[in-house]
Amino acid sequence: MAKLSVEVVTGERVVYQEDDVDMVVAPGADGALGILPRHAPLISLLSLGEMRVIKGGQEQSLAVFGGFIEVAQNRVRVLADTAERAEEIDLARAEEARRRAEARLSRQRADIDLVRAELALRRSLIRLRVGQRRRGRAPTPPPQDLGG
Amino acid sequence: MATPREIRRRIRSVRNMAQVTRAMEMVAASKMRRAQQHVLATRPYAERIRALIGDLAALTDLEERGRFPLLQARPIQRSEVILITSDRGLAGAFNTNVMRRAVQFMTHERPEPIADIETIAVGRKGRDFLQRYGKPLAASFTAIGDHPTLESVRPIVRVATDDFVSGKVDAVYVIYTRFINTLRQQPEVLQVLPIQPPEGAAEVTDYIFEPSPEAVLEALLPRFVEVQIYQAILESIASEHSARMVAMRNATDNARELVSELTLTYNKARQAQITREVTEIAAGAAALG
Repeated sequence: MAKLSVEVVTGERVVYQEDDVDMVVAPGADGALGILPRHAPLISLLSLGEMRVIKGGQEQSLAVFGGFIEVAQNRVRVLADTAERAEEIDLARAEEARRRAEARLSRQRADIDLVRAELALRRSLIRLRVGQRRRGRAPTPPPQDLGG
Repeated sequence: MATPREIRRRIRSVRNMAQVTRAMEMVAASKMRRAQQHVLATRPYAERIRALIGDLAALTDLEERGRFPLLQARPIQRSEVILITSDRGLAGAFNTNVMRRAVQFMTHERPEPIADIETIAVGRKGRDFLQRYGKPLAASFTAIGDHPTLESVRPIVRVATDDFVSGKVDAVYVIYTRFINTLRQQPEVLQVLPIQPPEGAAEVTDYIFEPSPEAVLEALLPRFVEVQIYQAILESIASEHSARMVAMRNATDNARELVSELTLTYNKARQAQITREVTEIAAGAAALG
């Protein structure tokens, strides 16, 4: 049976690369995208969220923040604005960022601050969720979309 | 002729200099290696974005392109030049070469008068040069560091994009130093705006686009500008370090050569002094005898 080869790159580095993948779930701009081998050619925008790569019962989780996904001929390429593998995420830092963003939101000042704080909060929540999943867990049931 | 003592002092100081330049060479070599890896790491992303833009541009016809501000080619009346140099000197002809290229470009290769060319300096050397040259700077960015993130170059991209989209300038060029190999770096001019979509037949034309081809293209274009400028900066950094490495190696070699010349002079001077002393003693003994 055909398998997928997956590549996640940002402008700065190659974040993740894996062959013989069974399934990819990515946070598309219009909702979660599930990609199996022999998927039709697709180019989609990505929102912020968790991307999961399932290979032989093992699962790798990544946090991706915007960008593009391209699927063609069993190749999945993610061109992310920012991306991190679960094991790279510093949970303490993400927790700190969450607390800061929440504090800022509760104070409610100028509108621009608010938008930025909301975005920061979303990012930190995604990092926390992804960071808590380390490599090698069994596939989890599809999560409710926190992408908003 | 200098006394042996003076020559010895000079030898010591030249030797110290050689030690310093040798250390700088080693530092530059290691920085160059890291900068090179950095450049290579950005290639997959840049190449993919370029290819996607090529594919998408092939799918949208020319009239439709007018809807994308970053693709809009209009008659060039005013242009903007982003000159990428280093913050520090002692890098051989590295900065001189790009600056010479920039002057050549602005005075001979652009039809518009030089007064209609806006300049943005990245790096202290380029900023100082343009100021001395009498070009008012639209913006300048210094202290970028040896390992800039994409985030840290965004302000540069923003200035250029805003100037282009607002119609203040009709084209934006980056003048940077391309890293070919350790011994060769080439100053280059790259047009970043308007974006010229690469030609080429799309590999797969029946893509599904979400939300739409236009939305994807619109999101891709600014990323492309960003990554092109980012790459130009990274290439310049790699070039800077390799130019410095070579310059420092030459300096070290020269200093060592000077040390051996001075050592010879020193020995001669010492010999002369001994001979003179012996002669004096012999003459003194003869006078007494």
